[in-house]
Amino acid sequence: MGVARYIRDEKDAVKEVIYQSGIRVKPSYGPRDLEEAEFDYQKDLGDPGEFPFTRSLHPGGYRSRAWTTRQYTGFGTPEETNQRFKWMISHGQTGLNVAFDLPTQMGLDSDDPRAEGEVGRVGMAVDSLKDFELAFKDIPFDRIGSGLTINANATVMLAMYQAVAEKFGYSKAVISATPQNDILKEMIGRGAWIFPVEPAVRLVGDCIEYAVRELPRCNPVSVCGYHIRESGATPAQEIACALEIARAYIENVAARGLSPEDFVGRFSFNLNVYGNLWEQVAKFRAARKLWATMLKEEYGVKNKKNLFLRGLFGGGGSGLTKEQPENNIIRGAYYALAAALGGAQTTALCSFDEAYTIPTPRAALLSLRTLEILMEEVGLRDTVDPLAGSYFIETITKQMEEKIREEMRRIQEMGGMVRAVATGAIQREVTRQAYEFEKGLQNKEIIKVGVNKYTEGDHPEVELHEYDEGWAKKQIDSLKTLRRERDNRRVKEALKSLEQRARLGKNVMPDLVACCKAYATVGEMTGVFRDVFGIWEEPSIF
Amino acid sequence: MEPKKRIRVLIAKPDLDGHDRGAKIVALALRDAGMEVTYTGLHQSIDQIVSAAIQESVDIIGLSIMTGAHLPISRKLISRLKEEKMEDIKVVVGGVIPKKDVEALKAIGVAAVFPGGTPFSEISGAIQALVNGG
Repeated sequence: MGVARYIRDEKDAVKEVIYQSGIRVKPSYGPRDLEEAEFDYQKDLGDPGEFPFTRSLHPGGYRSRAWTTRQYTGFGTPEETNQRFKWMISHGQTGLNVAFDLPTQMGLDSDDPRAEGEVGRVGMAVDSLKDFELAFKDIPFDRIGSGLTINANATVMLAMYQAVAEKFGYSKAVISATPQNDILKEMIGRGAWIFPVEPAVRLVGDCIEYAVRELPRCNPVSVCGYHIRESGATPAQEIACALEIARAYIENVAARGLSPEDFVGRFSFNLNVYGNLWEQVAKFRAARKLWATMLKEEYGVKNKKNLFLRGLFGGGGSGLTKEQPENNIIRGAYYALAAALGGAQTTALCSFDEAYTIPTPRAALLSLRTLEILMEEVGLRDTVDPLAGSYFIETITKQMEEKIREEMRRIQEMGGMVRAVATGAIQREVTRQAYEFEKGLQNKEIIKVGVNKYTEGDHPEVELHEYDEGWAKKQIDSLKTLRRERDNRRVKEALKSLEQRARLGKNVMPDLVACCKAYATVGEMTGVFRDVFGIWEEPSIF
Repeated sequence: MEPKKRIRVLIAKPDLDGHDRGAKIVALALRDAGMEVTYTGLHQSIDQIVSAAIQESVDIIGLSIMTGAHLPISRKLISRLKEEKMEDIKVVVGGVIPKKDVEALKAIGVAAVFPGGTPFSEISGAIQALVNGG
């Protein structure tokens, strides 16, 4: 997958191979390498389904259950998104992964001047419960789970998901939602943050605490190494950041009197599959082991199922290129292979046109088919963890574990993840890696086909998803009607109660559910938090 | 020979988009090329960008835009600079910029356009030429 460094001699033979995480790869591996790495089957791998779960969470792997496919979907108004949801489900998709537009992610209503030009552009526009009623119409809440890609105001969207399910007659006990709810990674990478670090982490904790107490089938946080990797982190840094972020959330929730045993089983992870194939496989195997080990040794977690690193391992967008875009179809297939060899429970692929914009239906379906072909035709369900025992894979899995531990220690030396983000230390580190990577591309130590090698040939134009300006107008008209027709006194009272609880440091979720049911808007609810918590000022990192 | 004054650049991230990997690495590359670089951080309004540019007395504003809204944003920034009588500050644009829009950006007064993947040397060379007159 071409992101390792390859040092060549004058005859173009490969002299040195250095993975991004710093592992130097030898020309061949044998039993001596395993001895040197002090490899021990029971301690390092364990049987599939046994601690430390390096091989697999379940004894049968994909034999007992193929992965869940969850393409990231959403654009325009809720009606368009609802049609696309149903279309993906009718083509075999087994879960939803909801994309919200930037105003929604930033807690702005569609008619806010700052939302201009962005309504419905990179995801679905949501202003109120009315929009969720349209978006999730006819979706079987008891059968289909939804990932909600929302962070700064994940509390608002989880409350709205509960509100819409109850409105459609489902009990909150049956709904299955995974709000992304990882604000620290937004501050490191993806950029959709609103509030300062401490209250932002508190809201993450509110969401987790509420789900643990009230929503038995919801996984209230998806810790994302994914976007940190997209921002430039190495695979080892990606996992180290994810585990240290998870630690910050564990500590926030444990401080509320819950025992980690009662809630860590609800954590899930979103990890990236872009990069060198072998390095990715080693990364996933090491990550499962490290998470289970950290929970068992540091937090005293005993129940086996609570030690699982559950997650979506998804094909990373930053591996795709605008140049020769059809090559991305092939890249996607190899990323999916890496995810499968790494034992992904849930997966998704960026579509080949996503280097430009959000995917067309044709491109999204091609991604889904790629995943289905791997499971149905190629043989990835035959046996669990097929690379286990390889001298090479087991050696680099051990080395990867050590690299990840080193990065975790560095974050701890920065004062832990909350402090590392507040001071900008971790952002500085990730940016430096992104810069080194780009320099590697420019001096051709790192090769991207069609970008800095094999650039000849034509560059076919691809059909692109078109943004329709009409969506914003439709959304804004609908919002204005809502503000006129709803019971505005009830909205005001609900928002006032929300504000009081936010100020008192009480869990905001029950009030948010009440606000959603009163048809308060996303902008109004997030606005309460803006007043109470203020806005984050990014630390300068240069 | 008079020592050349250091070129001052403001890298700016307008509006809601949070993808700033490109903005940050270009900032580092221009710094390594000997320029003085300030980065605005995310979620900046045009007014915030203009006042930062004036406060830092920069020669160049580099807008980083990934959302497809490069035309309206550039137009707005250039007209605000005119209102402030700060047309001396040159505006360059980087990000996800389709080829067909490069000429359109230049027509509204953008001095140079650097689509994603432009080599660092080309970016710093073009900026030096813009400031020192080639």
